[in-house]
Amino acid sequence: MNRAELTRRLVAKLRRGEAVIGGIGNTNFDLWAAGQRPENFYMLRSMGLAVPIALGVALAQPARRTFVLEGDGSLLMQLGALGTVAATRPANLTIVAFDNGMYQITGKQRSLTASTVDLVAVAKGAGLAQSEWARDEAHFESLVDRALEAPGPWFIGARIDAAKPAGVTERDAALIRRRFMAAIAPKA
Amino acid sequence: MSWHASVVKALKANEVRLVTYIPDNVLAPLIDAVHADPWFRVICPAREEEAVGIVAGAWMAGVRGITLMQTSGFATLANVLASLIVPYQIPALLLISERGTLGDHQLGQAIVCRTMRPVLQTLGIEHFAIERLEDVEFVVGSMAKQAYATQAPAAVILSPLVTKK
Repeated sequence: MNRAELTRRLVAKLRRGEAVIGGIGNTNFDLWAAGQRPENFYMLRSMGLAVPIALGVALAQPARRTFVLEGDGSLLMQLGALGTVAATRPANLTIVAFDNGMYQITGKQRSLTASTVDLVAVAKGAGLAQSEWARDEAHFESLVDRALEAPGPWFIGARIDAAKPAGVTERDAALIRRRFMAAIAPKA
Repeated sequence: MSWHASVVKALKANEVRLVTYIPDNVLAPLIDAVHADPWFRVICPAREEEAVGIVAGAWMAGVRGITLMQTSGFATLANVLASLIVPYQIPALLLISERGTLGDHQLGQAIVCRTMRPVLQTLGIEHFAIERLEDVEFVVGSMAKQAYATQAPAAVILSPLVTKK
């Protein structure tokens, strides 16, 4: 599967102001390229922190569904975060893990998922019982549909190719933060 | 009033409702107090970076939070502070119990302690060390107020003069 294509399919399903946290590098580049929704938060550095940031958003606003998109390298850097999500059980949080078994942006070095690590098995072991690999694009869409309706937390793994991202995020951190906050601000 | 009761009072006065922490023996009375108090949502993740990330996300979504840690935990945070908290202008509150000074028996704590203030200064992060019990509520409350008013992080350092003397 292809990250940009899956991201477009996911974003097309978001109709209720869902928050989306895009992990560093190609993951958030493709989120950007899928349409600059104000409810998207783009990480520019801080590898591995997309899941914790999304957990904070999800806990603060339990009525808003929150998605976090991460790559295999970033997830591997902060595996404990999966246990934290499982232990705090946010029903409105879905983790999407794009796994191409490599650190694509730094020169395609092999990551641990290219050898022994199975991210869905890790997620299940961390306590995220609702964890599944998407078999193909249609199955990915059906997993997203379920995550949009039924209580989470959800973990969706997707094995992807090494195609380049479809765009590049603008790098204005303060603007990204302000736009995101305005879009998800609780109504007074 | 004990130092930890003063911290709780200051956090409540500033609408801080989320506490993330990585355990520390010195902070244990405060950790116990926030766990026992339904005002707070309390999360103990696996690493300090995670704890700061959760507070950052929650603040952007409208809930104020603080991260509790010890000196060695702060030493793991340079990247996340430099690449998330400071550039995105997020008022993350950090409460750091100062280990490695004034009678610590661990050499590792003593050495890592010396990295804390240079990192805070280099990143331009407002910080203040509380050394007297009677200052706890004022300093914690004031640091929180300034952080939220200026969209900037703040680090409150708890000296052994407060927690152990």
